[in-house]
Amino acid sequence: MLGRLRQMLIKEFLHVIRDKRARFFLFAPPVIQTLVFGYAATLEIKHVPIAIVDYDNSQVSRDLVSRFQASRYFEVRRLSDRREIPELIDRNEATMALQINSGFARDLGKGETAHLQVVVDASNSNSALVGLGYVNQVAQGFAREYRLKTLARQAPALAGGLPEIVVERRPWYNPDMSSQWFFVPGVIGNLVLVIVVTLTAFAVVREREIGTLEQIMVTPIRRVEFILGKTIPFFLIGLLDTALISAAGTLWFHVPLNGSFLVLGAGTVFFILCMLGVGLFISTVSATQQQAMVTSFFFIMPAVIFSGFGSPISSMPEILQHLTYLNPLRYYEVVLRSVYLKGGGFGLLWPQMAAMAAIALVMLTVSVLRFQKSLE
Amino acid sequence: MNGQPQAVVVQDLVKRFGDFTAVDNISFEASRGEIFGFLGPNGAGKSTTIRILCGLLHPTSGKALVAGVDVAREPERVRQNIGYMSQKFSLYNDLKVIENLRFFAGMYGVNQADAAERIAWAIDMAGLTGREHLLTGTLAAGWKQRLALGCAVLHRPPIVFLDEPTSGVDPISRRLFWELIHRMADEGVTVFVTTHYMDEAEYCNRLVLIDRGRIVASGSPLELKLKSMEGELLLVECDQVGKALEALQEAPGVTDAAIFGHALHLVVPDAERAIPEVRNYLGERGITVSRIEQIRPTLEDVFVSLTSLKGRREKEQA
Repeated sequence: MLGRLRQMLIKEFLHVIRDKRARFFLFAPPVIQTLVFGYAATLEIKHVPIAIVDYDNSQVSRDLVSRFQASRYFEVRRLSDRREIPELIDRNEATMALQINSGFARDLGKGETAHLQVVVDASNSNSALVGLGYVNQVAQGFAREYRLKTLARQAPALAGGLPEIVVERRPWYNPDMSSQWFFVPGVIGNLVLVIVVTLTAFAVVREREIGTLEQIMVTPIRRVEFILGKTIPFFLIGLLDTALISAAGTLWFHVPLNGSFLVLGAGTVFFILCMLGVGLFISTVSATQQQAMVTSFFFIMPAVIFSGFGSPISSMPEILQHLTYLNPLRYYEVVLRSVYLKGGGFGLLWPQMAAMAAIALVMLTVSVLRFQKSLE
Repeated sequence: MNGQPQAVVVQDLVKRFGDFTAVDNISFEASRGEIFGFLGPNGAGKSTTIRILCGLLHPTSGKALVAGVDVAREPERVRQNIGYMSQKFSLYNDLKVIENLRFFAGMYGVNQADAAERIAWAIDMAGLTGREHLLTGTLAAGWKQRLALGCAVLHRPPIVFLDEPTSGVDPISRRLFWELIHRMADEGVTVFVTTHYMDEAEYCNRLVLIDRGRIVASGSPLELKLKSMEGELLLVECDQVGKALEALQEAPGVTDAAIFGHALHLVVPDAERAIPEVRNYLGERGITVSRIEQIRPTLEDVFVSLTSLKGRREKEQA
């Protein structure tokens, strides 16, 4: 038994070492994805290009414009004619345009409501929403001060005792609200998913395609020996990749690992077991590497989207929210971010661990049962 | 062998894939130490039968015993006793010669002491001495084929199944390979081999001809040649072979006509009477006969006359 398993493992590692594609697959995606998510992927929206047409051209309106110019959220471009706006937006040189009509200062001075018009390119609805929020913030801040100033001039006695609410921000676990801190731990889950599922599926299907699987099946090898031989290497590779990305996250991006390695390791083991089960399952339903690739893709895309890696599960439609409970990545992302940023331990994360263990058990059992030592 | 004299026993074996019947109720037996040839055109059901015998496919009905064990019921017990070489000589191209051998020795559970000796034997047998550390993918087809055979028999199986072992291999390598097969048979190994090369069929002790899933003839090569052809065989060399074939197919007194290399083979009821008649018949149509004589049928003639190949050749000719 051990002799056979040992030979299987030697062979699998030789394949990985000698196969250029597999070698590339082991190290390139972790590096590239960590860099991409570490640097480029960010939920923050900064430097929104905004065009401003000021037809009022008063002291007050200039004051308002300068507030936009001072904000780090906007890149202001002054226009003299609003007819320039459509072309600017079409060419993506501005995503927003603010128009201050003449009479703005006069209306405010009379104590009336003054109107600002904002045009926004809402083809990206998310950044449009965020941009509008920023504009609102600047405008409201300006209005508040204007009101206070007016009040101070006209009724100084009242101005001092005006009630105010100030929101004091206390962002826990990620005081700078850094996107990197959010994404780098999360990307571990994505990568382990992609690497373990595809490598496992391909390792079996490739042998089916070149005919060696048939050769192995006529030997007295036992099903469990074959499956262990096929999964142990990718189990270890999954762990290695996790270690690699964790090291990059800590040493390069300075994401703190507040929880324990042990909890992170336990979660990773359960998750990798799930992915081995998925990979084996794909290999039992695919006859060629091409089929395996397409099938993997059908699994990987929804698994990542419905994991909470990028967009929060709580904002998905309710029925989809229920479906995410079947997705092992959903639990692993919780474990990753909790261990990294919140310092979560077993006491907190056991439901996620248990869910992953259950999914792993089901997937592995189904795949092992489906895997027969025959060609039918 | 469990006291069983027969290495392979097949009874009323049927294998269907959906509506398609790949193996249609065949029965045969192969004895110990015999080279058993399984002949037929592509798609005749040869590989399907061999895969059933190796426990890779389940028979739809009927029975297959290998080394006295029912393959469908106890495939694992059969696997200890067989070596199998599939059509593609399935080796790992990205592993070295020695690594392939070590891997298969491990798979067959050959014990450490024995493994070293068997691997050395296989390297010698395949003529790969000094090439142990080459990547298998870089070897020429003949070497790969012998290495695949070596890998398949590391555990000294009493029965070996070879599925089209010589396809895509040069003639010298084919000859060498058949010498290896004969050596194994001399040592008491039963060799079950499929082929569509007729010259190779002559090397077998016993043949079964299969076409479209059915057995069309069986026996020793000589028996087949004598029994399976009704009538006698004429070789005709002439100009305008195509025209001659067309004419002869409709000629009275000619049972069958087929192209054979650059000449024609005719099946006639009585060779002596037919020779002058054929010469005249072709002469009347402006075809000059350079040679005409009675010959002993080769297996290829038997094969053509018994299988669908005949119809196919005529079509190709047309």
